[in-house]
Amino acid sequence: MVDERFEPKIVAFLCNWCSYRAADLAGTARIKYEPNVRMIRVMCSGRVDPTFVLKAFALGADGVMIAGCHPGECHYLEQNYKAMRRFNMLKHTLKAMGVEEGRIRLQWASAAEGVQLASAINEMVDQVRELGPLNWAQNWHEDGEVEAAIQRIEEEHAEVMEVPA
Amino acid sequence: MSAAKKGKLANYWAASCGGCEIAVLGINEKILDVAEAFDIVLWPVAVDAKVHSIEKMADKSIDLCLFNGAIRTSEQEYMARLLRRKSKVMVAFGSCAHEGCIPALANVSNREEIFQTAYHDTPSTDNPNGVRPQTETEVEEGKLYLPLFYDTVKTLDQTVEVDYYLPGCPPEPERIWDAIVAILEGKLPAPGSVIGATTTVCDDCPRTREEKKIKEFKRTWEIIPDPDICLLEQGLVCCGIATRAGCGALCPTVGSPCIGCYGPNEGVEDFGARMMTALASVIDSDDPEEIERIIQEGIPDPIGTFYRFSLAASQLRRKTLEGLDPSGASA
Repeated sequence: MVDERFEPKIVAFLCNWCSYRAADLAGTARIKYEPNVRMIRVMCSGRVDPTFVLKAFALGADGVMIAGCHPGECHYLEQNYKAMRRFNMLKHTLKAMGVEEGRIRLQWASAAEGVQLASAINEMVDQVRELGPLNWAQNWHEDGEVEAAIQRIEEEHAEVMEVPA
Repeated sequence: MSAAKKGKLANYWAASCGGCEIAVLGINEKILDVAEAFDIVLWPVAVDAKVHSIEKMADKSIDLCLFNGAIRTSEQEYMARLLRRKSKVMVAFGSCAHEGCIPALANVSNREEIFQTAYHDTPSTDNPNGVRPQTETEVEEGKLYLPLFYDTVKTLDQTVEVDYYLPGCPPEPERIWDAIVAILEGKLPAPGSVIGATTTVCDDCPRTREEKKIKEFKRTWEIIPDPDICLLEQGLVCCGIATRAGCGALCPTVGSPCIGCYGPNEGVEDFGARMMTALASVIDSDDPEEIERIIQEGIPDPIGTFYRFSLAASQLRRKTLEGLDPSGASA
């Protein structure tokens, strides 16, 4: 059997005005990048609620990228600065939760930067591949021990409940 | 409330402090109205009832179960399942059952680390033989069992189906009474909803709000806050913005920032995420390094600040088990 290379699942939130267009440009220019990334278009990087990122990790993502317009170039004036501050908050919290820093990335990419976005994606995929699977739901995975313990309580109680003939 | 047909009421506690029980008594003389409307079939703190008598009851024969406390042992999970089976309406009563609350802060740790601290490391522990609770112990007469202690504290709705939630640590007596009346009169919201307000603590807070621009977060002991201005504007991390109203803004009114005990407001899926969003918006800086510094210095404990009451119910539920001493227990 051949060794299977770990293929990380990366969720990327791209802003409508810059980064998603950068991805489009990468496509039309036939720039190749790793297929591990699942892109979600949002109107602005400032639209990315930290809940989206946390949910992505909880549902099985190995890494999350948030991409938006360069600072000073936001279509909505300054929402990418908000995204930047949120990203810092999120990074700080995720670190406390034990999620490695390399699993989350904030990337600025203008509509002309297809090449830069593609290489950022490749870089991130390599980095997360190196870190290995996150498998977050494994943290509360149930291996049957609990069921056995509850079963024991049920049996004990049933025994006490028995009325001797 | 006619006494023609009395309903059956069960109150139970799992991983909790007992404050929810006291809160029920906080409705004062109205407890007599409750006793008039319901036969209390189980309430460990106040009534002498036995688990076996609950087990003997027909399924769905309890009209209302107010279940407080989070789930962290197999015995608590057994009771949650038993009461779910026997009850028509299951209410997650209080923050622990609703979202994990303080007991769920144990989710930054695991069983092994908790036992190590509780049975070995604390200065007041006197345990020369290193005795620890075991789930199974062989004695002459046979095997003895203790409940299994979980690595991860769960909310009630991660354990059994829950019909309604009554938030708060503990729920305010007025809200408890409102909920009991709603249940008695059958004027309940859609199943699965929180019985309570859909506004935030800020809406009840008497302080003046102007513009929030913060260069530095402050800890409560660092300043004596101005009595009239929004605490967040003064740099204190006040969670009122993300927290459901219901308490009457008790803490901010007396100069102490809201810590979020009433849980997330309607539409907030992750309390911490909402706090992160809100706080990120008020930081007055566009410089990445300065932002980093403000956050690092101002919020040294992000889990305790953002998830003090809601870690078990958060998207991530717990800190990763990786790197913690494995104990072999799960759930």
